[in-house]
Amino acid sequence: MEQLLDWFTIHQQMTYIVILSIFLGIEVIGRVPSVLHTPLMSGANAIHGVVVIGAIIVMGKAEPDNFPALIIGFLAVVLGTLNVVGGFVVTDRMLEMFKSKK
Amino acid sequence: MEINILTICYLIGSVTFILGLKMLSHPESARKGNLTAAAGMGIAILGTIFLYREDGLKLGNYVWIFSGLFIGSVAGTMAAKKVKMTAMPEMVSLFNGMGGACAALISIVEFGHISHNIESASSVTLLIIFAGLIIGTISFAGSMVAWAKLNGRIKDYSFNGQHIVNLVIFAVIIVASAYYVITLQAGLEFIFYGVLGLSLIYGLFFVLPIGGADMPVVISLLNSFTGVAAAFGGFLYNNPVMLTGGILVGSAGTILTILMCKAMNRPLSNVLIGSFGNSQKSGGGASAEQSNFKEISVTDSAVVMSYSQKVIIVPGYGLAVAQAQHVCHELEKVLSDKGVEVTYAIHPVAGRMPGHMNVLLAEADVDYAKLQEMEQANEQFASTDVVLILGANDVVNPAAKTDPSSPIYGMPVLDVELAKLVIVNKRSMKPGYAGIENELFSQPKTSMLFGDAKDVLQKLIAEIKNQ
Repeated sequence: MEQLLDWFTIHQQMTYIVILSIFLGIEVIGRVPSVLHTPLMSGANAIHGVVVIGAIIVMGKAEPDNFPALIIGFLAVVLGTLNVVGGFVVTDRMLEMFKSKK
Repeated sequence: MEINILTICYLIGSVTFILGLKMLSHPESARKGNLTAAAGMGIAILGTIFLYREDGLKLGNYVWIFSGLFIGSVAGTMAAKKVKMTAMPEMVSLFNGMGGACAALISIVEFGHISHNIESASSVTLLIIFAGLIIGTISFAGSMVAWAKLNGRIKDYSFNGQHIVNLVIFAVIIVASAYYVITLQAGLEFIFYGVLGLSLIYGLFFVLPIGGADMPVVISLLNSFTGVAAAFGGFLYNNPVMLTGGILVGSAGTILTILMCKAMNRPLSNVLIGSFGNSQKSGGGASAEQSNFKEISVTDSAVVMSYSQKVIIVPGYGLAVAQAQHVCHELEKVLSDKGVEVTYAIHPVAGRMPGHMNVLLAEADVDYAKLQEMEQANEQFASTDVVLILGANDVVNPAAKTDPSSPIYGMPVLDVELAKLVIVNKRSMKPGYAGIENELFSQPKTSMLFGDAKDVLQKLIAEIKNQ
């Protein structure tokens, strides 16, 4: 328990980031028209692809002879990139159809 | 110096995510918002690759990293470009699962680093690793099930007491993880892998019983799960972009899930526990095909439509499946030329995702002003001559208003039965996605026009032109 409280004290900034981001996320979405629910979900889906940064760090830190870590890390980079790139491209394709026409 | 640049890269990343989400929630700026977030993501990723330092050491294994990025980018772009508009929801679910798996894999590698010296590890680090593993894995397994369901590869499945089994599995996951995290005993690695397996099973069982019609809500929920899993990665590496990006998606995704539920007028708990599609098949003999209905020919339909004042088209999943959006737009033009007022009534959850119909019709260049939301449309039906329903079913089922035992009771529906005549185009009398009978089809004002939406519409257009 004490460890956990210590952790919060050391990571005060992060704790604040988390709390503020939660509220920000709620506010930012606030009044979205139902037309945009799908693209918005898809865009948010692409954004959580940031997790690929973690995968890159894992990969970059692995010793060159640690094959399990290399292979799993590699897989993680591939999957994370799929999430990011695929997510943004799909969203763009959806939104392309919304372009205003007169 | 370099580390300062990285800090700025991360700052740019976080800000673009916020701006991107903000812009995505307005129709005019949505596309730019998506590109903004993508650019920020690119900066954050490149910054990490070249500028990241841990204990003064640069990252290595560039060949591995770049080949991973390359394979992922090529495969992701191809998949996203090739997918048909109707299959978009599946694609989102699939990509979401990839993100969840990525988070879980990170946890597995990090656990490998600390497991051989677990006594000296910190409980909090292990807690974060476990959290990333559990949430990421559940999101992965759940998304795969959602993907397969939307694909039609698997059907709804549940057994008696499934909710209890789920609860037990979840409790075991929590207790086992907590025990390991608190005691930090050596030789308990099996708990980690056991939790991995149980989380996979939990993810499967969590989504399997939920009906196909509720998949959008589930995908949105799993989307926010993956966000949270990414945020745990942010804790692990003290990485602010992962943290902001993950948490933003986590909270925005949760709100979006709730908004979607509101559009269907059902509480989230009802979606998750109520198991829409395969409940007790109330409403009487759902699996049997309805027999009490009358048909109308294409010619007759063409006549009544061209001599009416006001026609409302109600598109549904059948339109999407038949890729009939362009023909549908043509029908609208042909009728308009004859002086008929044509509009579209869009139910918020028509199709397989909220906004699905809007996307489809926008693709066919249908004028935005002609799309009416449910409330607007419901005021119009009473003064409408013909309502043409194209492959929609549950969203026009009056049982949602009248039959408390129906699984869709309480969901707001389009009041099409107020119109003078209702023409329903379906491929067969099979019930819709929720698997329930629709009494609308046997009402005296309703006529059925069977066939593939695209074929039927083409014939209709030809007939109307001959009038």
